[in-house]
Amino acid sequence: MNAAAEKASWDEAYNFAYLDEQTKRMIRRALLKAVAIPGYQVPFGGREMPLAYGWGTGGMQVTASVIGPSDTLKVIDQGADDTTNAVSIRRFFKRVAGIATTEATEEASVIQTRHRIPEKPLKEGQVLVYQVPQPEPLRKLEPRETETRKMHGYAEYGLMHVRLYEDISRFGHIATTYSYPVMVNGRYVMSPSPIPKFDNPKMENNQAIQLFGAGREKRIYAIPPYTSVKSLDFEDHPFEVQRWPQACALCGARDSYLDEVVLDDKGGRMFVCSDTHFCADRQEKGHRGPMAADPAAGAFARSSDTSARKEGER
Amino acid sequence: MNDGNATLATPDMEGLKPGFTEPVFEAQEAFRTVLNTLSYAGRVHTLATELDPPAPLDPATAAMALTLFDFDTPVWLDATIQGGAAPDFLRFHCGAPLVAAAGEARFAMIADPSNMPPLDRFAIGEDRYPDRSATLLIQVPALTGGPGMTWCGPGIDGEITVAIAGLPTDFWAQWADNHALYPLGVDVIFAAGRALVGLPRGIQVEG
Repeated sequence: MNAAAEKASWDEAYNFAYLDEQTKRMIRRALLKAVAIPGYQVPFGGREMPLAYGWGTGGMQVTASVIGPSDTLKVIDQGADDTTNAVSIRRFFKRVAGIATTEATEEASVIQTRHRIPEKPLKEGQVLVYQVPQPEPLRKLEPRETETRKMHGYAEYGLMHVRLYEDISRFGHIATTYSYPVMVNGRYVMSPSPIPKFDNPKMENNQAIQLFGAGREKRIYAIPPYTSVKSLDFEDHPFEVQRWPQACALCGARDSYLDEVVLDDKGGRMFVCSDTHFCADRQEKGHRGPMAADPAAGAFARSSDTSARKEGER
Repeated sequence: MNDGNATLATPDMEGLKPGFTEPVFEAQEAFRTVLNTLSYAGRVHTLATELDPPAPLDPATAAMALTLFDFDTPVWLDATIQGGAAPDFLRFHCGAPLVAAAGEARFAMIADPSNMPPLDRFAIGEDRYPDRSATLLIQVPALTGGPGMTWCGPGIDGEITVAIAGLPTDFWAQWADNHALYPLGVDVIFAAGRALVGLPRGIQVEG
C-alpha cells in the first residue's frame, strides 16, 4: 500500500471522496469511454451531491472518482481560487478526502474549474475537470435529446453552422463569446462549457487530460492530451479570441483574460486578470500594472478575496 | 453477525486468492494508471500493485478487473482464463456476470492472444451510443520486443512506435477495420506483468 494512503485522514463518516465505490466504478468506466471517444457525451448515473445542481455537482463527481490521497487539488471559479464556489468545493474535498490543496496551477495534480482554463500551460499528468451546466452544444437549436443524439450519431452539424452564419448576417461577425462550439478530433461538435472563447485555443493539443462533468444532465465527456480541438468558423470569418486595449491594472499582463471591475459610480473602472493565481504570481515577480500602486484599486480588487482566502484555509 | 457463517464456506472458496487489501485506495490508484494509459495512448504505464492473482492472470490484468468490473459489466473470458481459478476469483471479488457470447460483453479478458477471436466478434457500440462497446483487456507476453508499429491519433504527440509482442499475425489488419468504424469500435488495453499500454479506437496504426 502506498504511503500516501496510509496517512490519508478524512471525515470517516463518509467513504473516501464521498461517493460509494460502485458509483466511482460506474463513473470511472464512463470516463474511460469518454477518453476513447473524444468529445462524445457518455451518459452516466449522476448522483445527488450535497449541494444544488448548478454548483458543480458534475465536476465534483468526476473529481471524486479520479482523486486519491497523493493528489493536490486546485479549484477555480471564473479563474479565481477564492470565490464562493471554489472555496466551498475545496473545503468539501478537504473534509471528505483529506487531500492537499493549492492555489498554484503548477503544483496541482487535479484542477477542478468553473468556466476558465488557467493561464499557465498545463503539464502531462495533470487532470483538468470542468463543471458543465449544459453539455449539449445543439440543445438551443434542437430541444429533443432523441434528435440531438441522432445529429451527433450521423455528424449532422449543418444547423450549428447556420447559427454561426446568422450571427454574421446580423452582426457582421460571429457574436458568440463563451460556450463557443468546438469540433473535437474531427468528429464530434462539443460544448467547451461556458469558458470564454479566449480559452478555446488552450484546449487543443493540451498536455493534460481534460474531463467534463454535467451533474444535472448526467453526461461525462473528455478530451485526451494531444487532440485536435477546432473552434467552428468560416474561411472568410476565421475564429478569433478577445483582445483588450488595456493591460491588467495590477500585474500589467497583456496576454491574459481580463475582468472589468467597476470602481465607483463616476465611470471609474479597471481591468484585471481573471486568473487570480496568475496575477498574484506575476506581481510577486515584480510585474506592475498602471494601477498596482493605487491603494484604492488594489484594496478593491483584493478586499473580498482576502477574507475568502482565510476562510478557505481554515 | 453470526459466527457460524464461517463454516458455510463452500469448497470453491479454498485456495481463493485475495483481492485488493485496501480496495478504495488501490482501485483509485489503478484507475488513475488506466486513465493515463488510455489517455496517453501507446506509452507503457506501470501499476504499483502487490496483487497476487490466480494463474493465468497477471497483476495488471487482475487489478483492472478489480477496479472496473461489477454486477453491471458482463465479462467474457477466453478459454485459457476460463480453465483456471480466475473465474471464481472474478465472481467472488467483482460479482461480475461471466457471459459465453463475446458480443454481449462490456469487458473481455484475453490471456492467449494468439488464439483470440477476431475483434469484430465484440460489441462496437451503436451510432447514437458508441460508448456501448467492449473494452478488451489483452494480456501479452511483453509490451516491447514485438514487431514495431507506428501509432498516431488522439493522446499521441505526433507519432510513437509501439512493439507489442505475441499478437496474432492479422491483428493489425483487424485493427485497421476497427479504426475505420470510428467513432464506433472496441478499445484495447494491453497488459504484461504490472505494465499497461492503451489502444483506444481512435488510434491509427501502420506497419
